[in-house]
Amino acid sequence: MDTMLSTTELLAIPALPLAAALIVGLFGWALKEKVSHIICIAGVVGAALLSVHVFMQVLDGASFYGNFWTWMLSGRFVVPVGMMIDQLTVIMMMTVTIVSACVHIYTIGYMHGDPGYTRFFSYISAFTFSMLVLVMGNSFFTLFFGWEAVGLFSYLLIGFWFKRENANVAAMKAFIVNRVGDFGFAIGILAVWYYFGTVEYKEVFAAVPQFVSQGDSLHFLSWQMDAITFICIALFIGAMGKSAQVPLHVWLPDSMEGPTPISALIHAATMVTAGVFMVARLSPMFEFSETALAMVTVVGAITAWLCATIGLVQNDIKRVIAYSTCSQLGYMFVACGVSAYSVGIFHLMTHAYFKALLFLAAGSVIHAVMADQDIRRMGQLRKYMPATYITMLIGALALSGIPPFAGFWSKDLIIEAAAVRGMGWVSELAYWSVLTGVFMTAFYTFRMFFLTFHNSDRVPEETRAHLHESPKVITVPLMILAIGAAVAGWWGANILNIPGVETANNFFGNSIFVMEAHNPLLRLEEVEHSAGGHFWLEYGALVLALAGMATAWFMYFRETVYPARLAATFSGVHRFLLNKWWFDEMNWKIFIMPARNFGTFLWKKGDLAMIDRGLIHGGIIGGVIAGMNRMRAAQTGMVYHYAFAMVIGVFVLLTYLVLKG
Amino acid sequence: MELNNVMSFPILTWSIFLPMAGAIFIWLFVRGEMAVRWVALAVSVATFLLTLPLWKYFDNATAHMQFEEFHPWISAFNVNYHLGVDGISMPFILLTSLLTVVCIVSAWECIKTRIKEYMIAFLVLETTLIGVFAALDGMLFYFFWEAMLIPMFLIIGVWGGTNRVYATIKFFLYTLAGSVLMLLALLAMYFKAGHTFDIQALMDYPFDFTWQIWIWIAFFIAFAVKVPMWPVHTWLPDAHTEAPTAGSVILAGILLKMGAYGFLRFSLPICPDASQYFVPLMVVLSLVAVIYISLVAMMQQDMKRLIAYSSIAHMGFVTLGTFMFTQQSIEGAIFGMISHGFIAAALFLCVGVLYDRMHTREIAAYGGVANVMPVFAVVTLLFCMANVALPGSSAFIAEIMVLIGTFSADQLYEFLISSKWVAVLAASSVVLSACYTLWMYKRVIMGDLIKDEVKAMPDMNVRELAFFAPLMVLVLWLGLYPIPVLDVLHSSVSHLIVQATTSKLPAAHALAQAQNIQQIVIH
Repeated sequence: MDTMLSTTELLAIPALPLAAALIVGLFGWALKEKVSHIICIAGVVGAALLSVHVFMQVLDGASFYGNFWTWMLSGRFVVPVGMMIDQLTVIMMMTVTIVSACVHIYTIGYMHGDPGYTRFFSYISAFTFSMLVLVMGNSFFTLFFGWEAVGLFSYLLIGFWFKRENANVAAMKAFIVNRVGDFGFAIGILAVWYYFGTVEYKEVFAAVPQFVSQGDSLHFLSWQMDAITFICIALFIGAMGKSAQVPLHVWLPDSMEGPTPISALIHAATMVTAGVFMVARLSPMFEFSETALAMVTVVGAITAWLCATIGLVQNDIKRVIAYSTCSQLGYMFVACGVSAYSVGIFHLMTHAYFKALLFLAAGSVIHAVMADQDIRRMGQLRKYMPATYITMLIGALALSGIPPFAGFWSKDLIIEAAAVRGMGWVSELAYWSVLTGVFMTAFYTFRMFFLTFHNSDRVPEETRAHLHESPKVITVPLMILAIGAAVAGWWGANILNIPGVETANNFFGNSIFVMEAHNPLLRLEEVEHSAGGHFWLEYGALVLALAGMATAWFMYFRETVYPARLAATFSGVHRFLLNKWWFDEMNWKIFIMPARNFGTFLWKKGDLAMIDRGLIHGGIIGGVIAGMNRMRAAQTGMVYHYAFAMVIGVFVLLTYLVLKG
Repeated sequence: MELNNVMSFPILTWSIFLPMAGAIFIWLFVRGEMAVRWVALAVSVATFLLTLPLWKYFDNATAHMQFEEFHPWISAFNVNYHLGVDGISMPFILLTSLLTVVCIVSAWECIKTRIKEYMIAFLVLETTLIGVFAALDGMLFYFFWEAMLIPMFLIIGVWGGTNRVYATIKFFLYTLAGSVLMLLALLAMYFKAGHTFDIQALMDYPFDFTWQIWIWIAFFIAFAVKVPMWPVHTWLPDAHTEAPTAGSVILAGILLKMGAYGFLRFSLPICPDASQYFVPLMVVLSLVAVIYISLVAMMQQDMKRLIAYSSIAHMGFVTLGTFMFTQQSIEGAIFGMISHGFIAAALFLCVGVLYDRMHTREIAAYGGVANVMPVFAVVTLLFCMANVALPGSSAFIAEIMVLIGTFSADQLYEFLISSKWVAVLAASSVVLSACYTLWMYKRVIMGDLIKDEVKAMPDMNVRELAFFAPLMVLVLWLGLYPIPVLDVLHSSVSHLIVQATTSKLPAAHALAQAQNIQQIVIH
């Protein structure tokens, strides 16, 4: 831990994509498509290579902590801008830049010929920069800066095709729902500064144990909670917004209106995982609040389960994957909530590879069937696009948690950690949610997979002629990601020991803090080393995953009449799921319409009727205007000339007096 | 180093009267519309350059007035021509001189009638505005404050929209009612404090509690109308809607700040005990501005009206910060005024660009503007995001500092109970501002090109880009590197806080207050 990383190298990592984004953003019109994408790809690939280099150095024990300049300064309030590079940071940096590089290359093929081609490249490079700031920063303010910046680019990219009404609504919805979370985040930052007098991670983390032992608490009316819980919950509300957790998950499925590359990059692999990263980064704070950890666990568990149920019946290929993303993010939060942060981040990493792969493969399919996203109008596509077929199969197996693919290694550990954590009903709920979620995950993944590539050929005649395998710029990134989805789990678990089950050579070292009493991984070892009877703990998830696949195979491969029959029998449930538990309708009725009506009420009744007509217009102004009108008629209409002469006269007089004075 | 000591060049007097001289010159000697435009531009640019040394030679380390000038004016009543600036007023002078240039460029083509009078009005307005911020004598301040009404009245009344008479009269009566009370307060203080209008003398004079309360109320009404605060805010949306673009720019950019500046210059230091006494009132009205007004803004159908309401909501942050008496909150409030001066000005200019092309401000008349005006869409996006206070924009610095100061105010002062929860309520602006701003952006800029009128709109020309460019640079620069501006504020704000929290009442309170000051100094 002694060697310091090179500042120049670290600064270059976010600077390269930023420079590329600025050049292409400002001069894209002159550079044309080819030069633009070369600049952006060079920037991001450069950042990726440097990230890998930094990763290697950190493996050898290097780290970095330092400030570069002061952003704000007022009295005791100081906001420095700096970086904190440790194991947790580098794993995020590597994931972000590698996925981003793949998506950049893929975009050449996917966005080919789009009028906003250069704009798109500039946005995704700028997004990569923002995400790097988010993970590399060393204070709550750099985190917030990156947080809002990725939100901005998410907004811009969801609404990229701004001619489409749906895309515009989805973009706005994403931004506003995220802002609800940011409201909590902002309050969390205020509280951090209030209680700790600093916003730098290092200083705050060092002060937490002492602070908790003081037992500060907050009062509001009759409601009271200890300060650290307040801070953690407020910050976690921010994480819920960004990471699409119930009830703030509603924006993520709609964000699929954006072009597919950004669904892979932003809304699967990187930005939406920022909330998980935040909780892991702030583990030295969350560990001291049982209540906050319980909240993280419960919210994660509910989301993991609820979004999986919705995913079961969706017909839009991207929405299935989107709900799956919400659900998998729930898994990650469960991991963090039960204090297995390392496992949460491990799942974040494996998920980034296989989910980006699934989205990009879905994009390849959508590209082939002429932008139709409805899996009811697909089928038998494996004949036309073998490369997409194979890579998507790898992604699907990884998502379902089938060994040896990536998802298996991380997801299995989450379930086991939840099983042994022992937080009473909280971890019970979490355990059963994530366990049953495995069945549903495997089912909806392979339902989508079979309906797309097998089943009967339901492609409309007019698109059939167009069916083709995608070009190399699309399939090569798929293959790179497929390698990640295939081996990242095994590599992470066995070579790097990212989960850190055997704490002796824990990958994360001091970058993640876990109290010994909380650590489910220690307990897991005890359980596994004890004799007998834990077959279900070790293999339960795998059995359920296989069962889910088998059910999907049975319903969508073999006996294809069953789905319709089931839907008819349980039409109520089916409609409930198809309408996504009516979350959108509830939000509309509970928040949006009342807010609009209240706004109109305040405007018409408050401002116009009460203040204007009641107090002013009726009395004073009315009279004066009537008088003025009469006067105006009598005047020549040159009132302002007189007024000018008057004013200027006064000034001349004044000046004279001054000079004379 | 210090220009004001080394050289006796009366820079403030020059800054105030150069525009006036320019106006007289145009009035008497300049013929031809083009000539009028160029001369007005030259005068405003010269004034701007003239005000730059104020910043360059400003001494950040002291809270004393700088660049002071003193001449007896009406000796019989001890009214003096006394000018000077500190860290609180100096930035506003620069803001005024810069925005006047922007206004004159923006009016280049869109003002078709009486261009000469228009330019004269703006230059006269600049004189009065700089005068307000530079005056250190109560009567002189009042003189500029009142004089400002006349050009503004004319700008709205002559070059305004269809319903301009109503708007002008409303504007005039509101402000006049406020300023009459201010005059009364000034006269009352004059007689009480031994025949002086000198602001610094009034700050030092120990008014007793009853006096403070009455003076405070009189000032409050005058300033609340200007800010404007609920419920005396309804003149603003009307004035904005009817004013020509540049009128809205100067109104939102500078005129609103005069009210909040008044609180900082008069209410807090002259009536510290009354200011503390009225904190609950100010907090409630500020929160009403943030929440109530934001909801109203969301439902507006007229772009200018929407931005006008959004201005009121943002000024809510300013008044909140002012009355939290912490270093961060007051610096945040002042920074917020500067930042809002750029952002609101830019948003009104954006509406102006659209209005020049389609002659309507109705949101529903637009849609899909990004298709035909991509550059304009990007520029508008930048200012909309700044209006939402995204980090990286100057508004973020202002809002987060006000919130930080508010959240921690109850740590410092016992009379500010539960300021944490005030900060939590004010933070709801994070969501509300996004709602109204993005909804407008979506309805106007995004979407498919359906309307024929929109199809015919050309993108921004170089002249239009030219007046947006400095605003864009400033909003981003202040958002990423606000330190130079914050440095200007530190000493003066610390001094102000000491004044505002030091009781003017007899000994009993004094001890407690002394401890208070100690705490602030540590803070």
